[in-house]
Amino acid sequence: MPTRQAAVVGVAESDEIGVVPNKSTLQLQGEAVLNALDDAGLALRDVDGLFTAGFRTTEVAEYLGIHPRYYDGTHVGGSSFVVHLGHAAAAIASGRIEVALIVHGESGRSRVGLPASASSAQGMEGQFENPYGMPGAPGAYSMACARHMHQYGTTDRQLAEIAVAARQWARLNPRAFKRDPLTIEEVLASPYVSWPFRKLDCCLVTDAAGAVVVTSVERARDLKKAPVRVLGWGEGHDHQIISQMPDVTSGPGRISGPDAFAMAGVKHADVDVAEVYDSFTYTVLTSLEDLGFCRKGEGGDFVSGGRIAPGGDFPLNTSGGGLSYTHPGMFGIFTIIECIRQLRGDFRGQGLRQVADAKIGLVHGTGGKLSATGTAILAAD
Amino acid sequence: MTEYTKPLPKADPVTAPFWESLKREKIEVQRCDDCEAHIFYPRALCPHCSSRRLKWTPVSGRGRIYTLTIVHKAPGPAFKADAPYVVALVELDEGCRMMTNIVDAPADPDHVRIGMPVEIVYHHVTDDVTLPKFRPVVRAEA
Repeated sequence: MPTRQAAVVGVAESDEIGVVPNKSTLQLQGEAVLNALDDAGLALRDVDGLFTAGFRTTEVAEYLGIHPRYYDGTHVGGSSFVVHLGHAAAAIASGRIEVALIVHGESGRSRVGLPASASSAQGMEGQFENPYGMPGAPGAYSMACARHMHQYGTTDRQLAEIAVAARQWARLNPRAFKRDPLTIEEVLASPYVSWPFRKLDCCLVTDAAGAVVVTSVERARDLKKAPVRVLGWGEGHDHQIISQMPDVTSGPGRISGPDAFAMAGVKHADVDVAEVYDSFTYTVLTSLEDLGFCRKGEGGDFVSGGRIAPGGDFPLNTSGGGLSYTHPGMFGIFTIIECIRQLRGDFRGQGLRQVADAKIGLVHGTGGKLSATGTAILAAD
Repeated sequence: MTEYTKPLPKADPVTAPFWESLKREKIEVQRCDDCEAHIFYPRALCPHCSSRRLKWTPVSGRGRIYTLTIVHKAPGPAFKADAPYVVALVELDEGCRMMTNIVDAPADPDHVRIGMPVEIVYHHVTDDVTLPKFRPVVRAEA
């Protein structure tokens, strides 16, 4: 039975992010872990719960030299780490663990020390999708987007608004990979990758790792940084391969979102800052609808007119997101890192980089081919 | 004959009758005896009602494009020469959906559209494997 509330007390990236050809995937993860623990004022010996995806938990624990008594390798693509945040909060609430460590990183660009990933010709994707030259995530998300455009009149210009807003945020973030100015016309002039997606509708591929440290609110009081409480969380499943998605315009955020809001006891209007996984521009648009920030089909209007850009009334993906800040392979961990920094006021004195008076934040990860989501709602003390 | 270098499906015991039906150019999918839904991909149980009473059933091979993408950046060298090409989800008239390529039509969103009626074409890509592709139905002149 839940008795204690959990709080995020440390977050960090690896020492370097972007193009880091001289470091392996596990090395990047190790750096992020030490940096996040240092942010919290904790050490590896304090960690008793380990949460990771892509690598086996045993592999990461071995590399770090820890012996966790609780571990969770739930792997639902890029949403995994937001799901882990909820699982970690539950494990802390139940008293099983004191300090949870969530870590993910990939040498996504330089491809140093990645786990093997071979898809089987006898698996369902191998039998029923790969023979047709389906280009993985860009193909799957673009198919969903094409149907959304057909059903609701969503336009490529509305998608471009999302890419441009992300770039405007990235221009305020010195760690962002892409910081050149970007216009809607430039997005629309970039070549098609998989129609209706153009190059600039798609996330970056970088080398980076991130880590998040969670403990009880009580323990958090003695630590270095102001704790950010985990008010509520939810997770949702829909399908694995895109040809099995019952309604391609409706993602599992429709499950994880309401669960997270109900548990947190907050309303949409209470959210001061939102970090929503942007694997593609369209991912943001459909996620905002699924989460209930607007009705299905209204996402295009919702993101337009600078609303989600710096200075707009719905601060979204304030790091620059996967589209312009960093995206090593599974971005979910970075939605948490940025949200915590905003809620702690880490960017105070840096103008628009800091969302003013941010008290309540939402993080939302989407994994696979719109297959699974995790949503969490966080609050500054 | 040049070697076929694209990924090939490998049938499993449950899916084999589907792949065999394509080789005969008479497509079959499973139909649930209990809830009467046609299902795809083939399974050991009905994903709609959990019945195990699934029966292989011939279907028309006609349907409509549910959604599509036009691939410009191919996933690997085997598909590179084909780009741009259309990958689509086709909803069969019987109600189930499958991924395929739309062939015999320009890879252009003005020519290949959601909702467009399509029909199956059997591509015998190797001695062992036939892939179900679809082409637009050319309407007979009234």
